[in-house]
Amino acid sequence: MPQFQIVVCGSIVPDPLQTLEPVTGPAGPSLKNELMLPAVLDPWAGHALYEAANLARNHPGSKVYLVSAAPKAKLQQVMMTVGQKAPFELVAIDASASGFTEAADVAALLAGAIAAIPGLDRSRLLVFGGWESASRGAGVTMQMVGERLGIAEQFLAVDQLTVGEDGTLEVLERIEGGSHQISSCQGAPAVFGWATGNLPEPRNNPQVGMQNMRAIMPALQKAKPASTGVPSFVSVSLPKQQRETRVVKDLTPDEVAREIVAWIGEN
Amino acid sequence: MATIAKTNHASLRTLPGDDFRQIMWRFAGRYDLQMIVQSSRQVARGPVARLVAAGARNTHDWTPEKASLLEAFDEAGITAAFMDPHQGGFIEGPKNLALALIAFELAWVDAGAATGSLAGCLALAPIHERGTSEQRDYYLSKCAPPQPGENRKPWRGAFALTEPIPYVGVETGLLNGKVRVVAWEEGKEPLLEVTKRGRFITNMGFANFVTAAVDSADERFKGSCMIILEESDPGSWDRGTPTRKLVHQLSSTSDPVLQVRVPASRIIGGYSIRNGQIVPKYTHGEIIDAVFSHTRVTVGLMTSAKLLSAVEPVLRYQRGRFRGGEAVAPGTPRYELGLQQRADSVHRLVDVWATGEASASLGFAAARIFDVLDPLEKRKDEIFAQRGVEGARAQLKALMRVEKDALELLQDGEHSARYSQLQQDELVQFLIASSLANVLCPACKLWNTGYGATMMREAVSLMGGYGITEDCPGFLGHKWMDSQLEATYEGPEAVQRRQLTLTMTNSVFLAQFHEWIREMREIGSTHPATGACTLASAMQMWLWTLNHLQKTADADGVKLYHGTRQGVTFPLADSLCWLLASRQFILDVLELEAYGPDHPAVAEGLEGTVRFYTDLAHVQVARAAGELGRICASLVFGYMRHPVWESCNCYQSDELIELESMIPGICSCAVDVVDAEGAHPAKAGPCAKADGLEAFTRLRTRLDCCLTGSQLAKDRAAEALTRVMIPEALDYPA
Repeated sequence: MPQFQIVVCGSIVPDPLQTLEPVTGPAGPSLKNELMLPAVLDPWAGHALYEAANLARNHPGSKVYLVSAAPKAKLQQVMMTVGQKAPFELVAIDASASGFTEAADVAALLAGAIAAIPGLDRSRLLVFGGWESASRGAGVTMQMVGERLGIAEQFLAVDQLTVGEDGTLEVLERIEGGSHQISSCQGAPAVFGWATGNLPEPRNNPQVGMQNMRAIMPALQKAKPASTGVPSFVSVSLPKQQRETRVVKDLTPDEVAREIVAWIGEN
Repeated sequence: MATIAKTNHASLRTLPGDDFRQIMWRFAGRYDLQMIVQSSRQVARGPVARLVAAGARNTHDWTPEKASLLEAFDEAGITAAFMDPHQGGFIEGPKNLALALIAFELAWVDAGAATGSLAGCLALAPIHERGTSEQRDYYLSKCAPPQPGENRKPWRGAFALTEPIPYVGVETGLLNGKVRVVAWEEGKEPLLEVTKRGRFITNMGFANFVTAAVDSADERFKGSCMIILEESDPGSWDRGTPTRKLVHQLSSTSDPVLQVRVPASRIIGGYSIRNGQIVPKYTHGEIIDAVFSHTRVTVGLMTSAKLLSAVEPVLRYQRGRFRGGEAVAPGTPRYELGLQQRADSVHRLVDVWATGEASASLGFAAARIFDVLDPLEKRKDEIFAQRGVEGARAQLKALMRVEKDALELLQDGEHSARYSQLQQDELVQFLIASSLANVLCPACKLWNTGYGATMMREAVSLMGGYGITEDCPGFLGHKWMDSQLEATYEGPEAVQRRQLTLTMTNSVFLAQFHEWIREMREIGSTHPATGACTLASAMQMWLWTLNHLQKTADADGVKLYHGTRQGVTFPLADSLCWLLASRQFILDVLELEAYGPDHPAVAEGLEGTVRFYTDLAHVQVARAAGELGRICASLVFGYMRHPVWESCNCYQSDELIELESMIPGICSCAVDVVDAEGAHPAKAGPCAKADGLEAFTRLRTRLDCCLTGSQLAKDRAAEALTRVMIPEALDYPA
C-alpha cells in the first residue's frame, strides 16, 4: 500500500458570522477590526485537511503536514480547535492571512516552506489545499505552489481522490455546468485544490489535540515573520445582498420553479 | 430626551474574544484548557443549542435526544476532563479550572447540559477526593470514554445525598439512608445492605452506579459513610419517577429508591475493624465537605456565563428594534441605534455586563485557588501521616499551631526574620490557600447565583416581551429560570451564608483582607479610574463593621455577632461577596492591561477594551459600595433603640433663647427642642446620635464621596455599547 507525505496548505479567515466591513488603511485594504475578530480555518482548506487525514488513516505510514501562513497569535487560537480534529504536523509562517494579499507572494511563501520540510520525499508528496479561499477566491494559489515545486500534475475543484493499490490516483473534479470529470495520474507528486470533498468535519478528539499540541506550540514559537505584497485595488466591497421574501402557500413546485427562473431573468 | 453623549476616546471595538478571556482568567499559557474550551463550545453551540431550540426542554423525561448529549460530551473530551491521564483523561494535575471552564461554556447555552455533564464528575468526586487508590483507578477508568479500538460503554454515575422530607436539602448531617451488616463471616469481608431513597438526584435516569450518603442502622457499623452502589448489585434498583422540575430539563433528575447488598470494600475511603465494629475512614460529612468545597464553584460560574451570554443578543435586539418599520429609514439614529438612543436601556445592560464580569472573575479566581490548594492538601496529608497526626480533629489541632506562622508571614512579610523559611513551609502555604478557598467558594456560589438571578431578570426585561418567549435569542427566559436552581442546588443560599459566617472571620483570611485594602489603595493611585480606591474604602468599612459587631451587643444586651444571629452575620456575608467580586474584577482588568501587549491579536484593540473594562469595574465597585454602605449602616445602627422624648435631655426653647445671646446661631442648629409647655416636634423622637460611632460615620461619608465619577464611568461604558461591533448573528440557533 502506498504511503504519502501529504502537505495541506491552509490559512485562517474571519468567522463568517462576524460583521465583515472592508476598510482602507495605510497598508491597503483590510477588514475593520480584522485582527480582533475570531477566526476559523478557511473552510476550503478545512475540507482539504480532513480529506488528507482520512487518506493518511487509510494508508498507514503516511503523514500529514499543515502549512499555514497567518498571524501566529490568531493561528494559535484556531489550532485549539483544528488541532483536535486529526493528527498533523504544523509548519507555521507568521504572515498576513488577509484576503487582500498578492496570491503569487503567498504561493512563494508556501512553496518555500514546503520545500524546507525536513525529510520531504517528493516521490510521495501530495500537496492539498482549497481551490479557493473564503476570504478571497483568487483561485490561482495552489497552481502557483505546484509550479514553484515543479509539480505538473495539478487538479482543481476536487471532490474525491481514490488511490489505487499501485499508487495511481483517480480524481473527481468539478467542471463547468455542474458536471464532474474523472482524471487519473500515475501517482505522487501531485497538487489538489479541493472543493468540498465528501467528508464531514471530524469530531474533536482531545487526545489527538494533546499529541498535536506538543509539536504545534513549538512550531508557532519558531514561525518566521514573512511579508507579502499587496496589489492595488480600485475599490473593495462586499457582495451585495438582496433578500426578497414572500410568504406563499399552495404553490406547486412547477410554479415555484417558474417564479425563480423569472426572478433570475430580472437580475 | 436623554441621549448618550458621544466622545472620541479609544473605545471597545468588538466583543471580547478568547484572546482577552485567556489573559483575564489566567489560562493563556494552558493549551490543554484552551482546547477543552473550544471542544465544550462546539458541543454547547451545536448539539445542545439545537436540542433546546427544538423544544427538548419541554419534557421532564430522559429522552434519546437528551441522552445523545452524553456521547457528545464523551467525544469532546468533556467526560474525560475529570480523569487523570492514566485513568483515560488528558489533563495533568488539578482540574478545577478546567471543569469551571467547561461548565461556563455549556451554561453559556444551557445550564441543564452543564449540570448533566458535571453530575458525572460529582458522582466520582467522593471517590476522587477520599476514595482508596483502587477505588479511584477502578471507577474513574470505568467512566473514561473508550479509546480508539476499545469496545465498551463508559459508566455513568449519580451522587445521592439529598433525601425526601424531612431531611430534604436542609440538614446534610442527618440521613434516612441506612447501612446495616447482613453477613460477616470470620476472616471475610462483611456484606452490607444499603437502603437509600434519594430526591432530585441528577443522572439517575441512566446511572450505572451511585455514590450514596448513608448512616448506620447497625451497632456493628460506626457512624455514617459514603458508599458505592452498582446497578448490578443484588436487590432493588428503582430509578424512580422523573422530577417535575421547571428548569435544567436537559439533565436527568429523579427520585430513586435503592436497596442493594454490597461488599464493605465499597465504603469510600475504606474502613477498619475496631472492637468488633466496622469503622469507615471518613464520615459522609467529611467527604461531602471535601466534595462540595470544589464543585460549588462551577455552579456559580454557570450563572456568570448566562449573564455574559445575554450581552450580545440584547445588543442586537436593542439596535434592530425599529428596523423594518416604514418610517425608519436606514442611516437614521432610530434605525442604527434603535433602543440604544435611550440612556436607560444601555445603562441597564452595563449593569448586567458588569455583574457578569465580576462574577466570572470571582468564580475563576475560586477555581484557580483550588488548583493551588489540591496539591498542597495532598502534601499536608503526607506530612501529617509522617508525623503520625491522624484524624480530622488531630489535624485541625496541628494546623492551629501553624496559624501563628501563617500570620507572621502575612503580617510581617519580608520583615520577618523567618520570611524565606515560612514562605517555603507547605503547611503555611496550605493554611493560607485554604483560608482563601473557604471564603471564595461559598462567596462565588452565593453571590454569582443569587444576585446573578436578579440580574438575569434584568437581562430578560431588556428584551421586552420577547424575553419571556421560547423564541428569545440566547434562550434568556430559560436562563433566568435556570439561575434560580443554581442558587439552590449543591447547598442553597443559607448554607453558603452560614459557611461564610465562619470562614470570613478566620484570622488568616482577615490578615489577607487587610493586605488587600492596602493593595486596592495602591492600585487606586496608579489606576484611579478602576474605582479601586473606592473599593478600599468599602473594604475598610466592612472590616470596621465586623470588628464592631463582634464586640457589641444590641439594645437588649444580646451579643450581635453570633452564629445563631443570622440577621447580623448573613447580611455581612452578603456584603463581603460584593467586595470580593469587585476586587477580582479589577485584578483581572489589570492583568489584561499588563499582559495584553504581549499578544498581537489583543494588542490591536487593547486600549479601548481596557478603558471599557476599567469603566465597567468602576460601575461594579460603585454598586458594591452602595450595597455595602446600606448593609453596614443598617447593622451598625439597626440594633440600637431609637431615643424617645421621655428620656431626652433636650434643649428647652427659653433656655435656647438665653444661650443665643452667648452663642449666636445656636437656635438654628438645635433640632430637638421642647417648648415651654413640654411639646416637642412632630417626629418619632429625638434624632438618633452616633455617639461612639463617629469613626463609622466618617467612613460612611468618605465612602459616599468616593462614588465621585462612578456615574461618568457608567456613561462612558454605555456609550461604548452603542458603538461596539457585534457579529451579524448569534453563533447558536434559537
